Amino acid sequence: MTVPTQFPYGITILEITYIVASVLFVIGLKMLSHPLTARRGNILAAFGMGFAIIATILFHRKDGEPIGNIPLILAAIAIGTVIGWVIAKKVKMTAMPQLVSFFNGMGGAAAALISMMEFPHVSPELIARSGMANGHVLAILLGLMIGTVSWAGSMIAFGKLDGRIGDLRVKSMKYVNIAILVILLGFIVYIMTRNVQESRELMPFIYLMFGISVIYGVLFVMPIGGADMPVVISLLNSFTGVAAAMGGFLYNNQAMLTGGILVGSAGTILTILMCRAMNRSLINVIVGVFGGGGSAAASEVGTIKEITLSDAAILLSYSKKVVIVPGYGLAVAQAQHICHELDKLLEEKGVEVKYAIHPVAGRMPGHMNVLLAEADVPYEQLIESDEINPDLPNTDVLIVIGANDVVNPAAEDDPSSPIYGMPIVKARDARNIIVMKRGMGKGYAAIENMLFYNDKTRMLFGDAKNTLQNLVSEIKNL
Amino acid sequence: MEQFSDFFLQHREAIFIVILSIFLGIEVISHVPAILHTPLMSGANAIHGVVIIGAIIVMGHADTTGSMVLGFLAVVLGTLNVVGGFVVTDRMLEMFKKKK
Repeated sequence: MTVPTQFPYGITILEITYIVASVLFVIGLKMLSHPLTARRGNILAAFGMGFAIIATILFHRKDGEPIGNIPLILAAIAIGTVIGWVIAKKVKMTAMPQLVSFFNGMGGAAAALISMMEFPHVSPELIARSGMANGHVLAILLGLMIGTVSWAGSMIAFGKLDGRIGDLRVKSMKYVNIAILVILLGFIVYIMTRNVQESRELMPFIYLMFGISVIYGVLFVMPIGGADMPVVISLLNSFTGVAAAMGGFLYNNQAMLTGGILVGSAGTILTILMCRAMNRSLINVIVGVFGGGGSAAASEVGTIKEITLSDAAILLSYSKKVVIVPGYGLAVAQAQHICHELDKLLEEKGVEVKYAIHPVAGRMPGHMNVLLAEADVPYEQLIESDEINPDLPNTDVLIVIGANDVVNPAAEDDPSSPIYGMPIVKARDARNIIVMKRGMGKGYAAIENMLFYNDKTRMLFGDAKNTLQNLVSEIKNL
Repeated sequence: MEQFSDFFLQHREAIFIVILSIFLGIEVISHVPAILHTPLMSGANAIHGVVIIGAIIVMGHADTTGSMVLGFLAVVLGTLNVVGGFVVTDRMLEMFKKKK
């Protein structure tokens, strides 16, 4: 084949661009972990990605052959850009976790497709020299398996967070899952030990492996629920990173390799940090022993005491220190703006208002921060739960808005409780507690919350947005 | 054993990069405040969109209709991951900025 070398330095430029892109990824990620630089970091990483994509289209050569089908590639990029942009811009802030999960799944699917297409093209010389047991084949198979699991799992996580799919917990499920995992690894060993001339002879096994990986991804996420959802998304995120890195192995492409592994390791650390915030091990999360009733003390002790709006308004207006504990209920009700209005109103009256942010409140770590930031709540008012806990005994009123498990004292008292040991906002230390809740339903972890029966607790039932609205007008009328 | 050493020598640079990148990833992220967990997860999510480069390469050398279709799909999905990921992250972070 004659090589059209229209530009002899193309490869050099391509490789330099990949280095630049990798550096931008690292710097971007670093800047993303600081509030002040986060936004620039994200844009920087996006530029790195853009450079890498353009340089690949222009300068990439495979055995001297340039990239073909360029009009189709550009069309595909255009379609993806429009759809991605519109979805990302239109979706409500409460649906953020689903969205991250969805986009993560897309990346996993792309990785799986690449593996599927590359498998029949493993060079026959390589097979003749070292058989099927070579790094190239291994990278393809792992990319296929991890990418597919990540895709299927992310789609299930998306469906669950969106309320389209319920939890499915069967006792024997973990054994089934382990068995499927063993089968998948068995497939890899089987394919790599076959004695063939051409890899395409083994394609039926690739389709089978794809199918089983889908099943595994689905079953892997199906039983996981409760506060564990964010952990799973983070874990699947790092899976996709690893799947992308497999592509880097395959094409000897350093940008894919660094980008993928960076996300793989950073995602794993993030996952572990989240698990630590809930005092659970990753194994526990994956095997899924959370929730599902269990032996947690179900006997209800004490009575529920309600408070009227006007009493609540007076109590709040004459307090010195108020702490708000937001939870998923706030997000669902879209009550962040009215909540901020309440805190501004109280501050005008000379009340000190702070927000206690539990790391796993909501459906994602930092979910509450994002939500409250949207409502313009100043950054300085958001205090992490560990920091605010010592302050709570001096707090006059603590308002729990749509949070449940993160204030559940069972985490400290009841060793049989599934959330035992999880750090919580020590709500019961406050002098008065007002709990806003839609009804007496249990939290996402489905366990009883003794805080609601505490002598200091008063309940305000109703949708968080309406309740807050009424409370605000009540305070204004005082 | 021969296969292993063959594999190792052939890919030693990649293995180097992998190991160093693992440490880099851990180092870069371990001091992040909980407040930024969600945007960070989302930003990392966008970065693994680099998989799109692989999709472009595959599509660029596709010769049969079947592989064209799959390649096209891979590029679309990869782009979704990249564009959606970065735009969503930016949207989240935009909200952090407009205080005062």
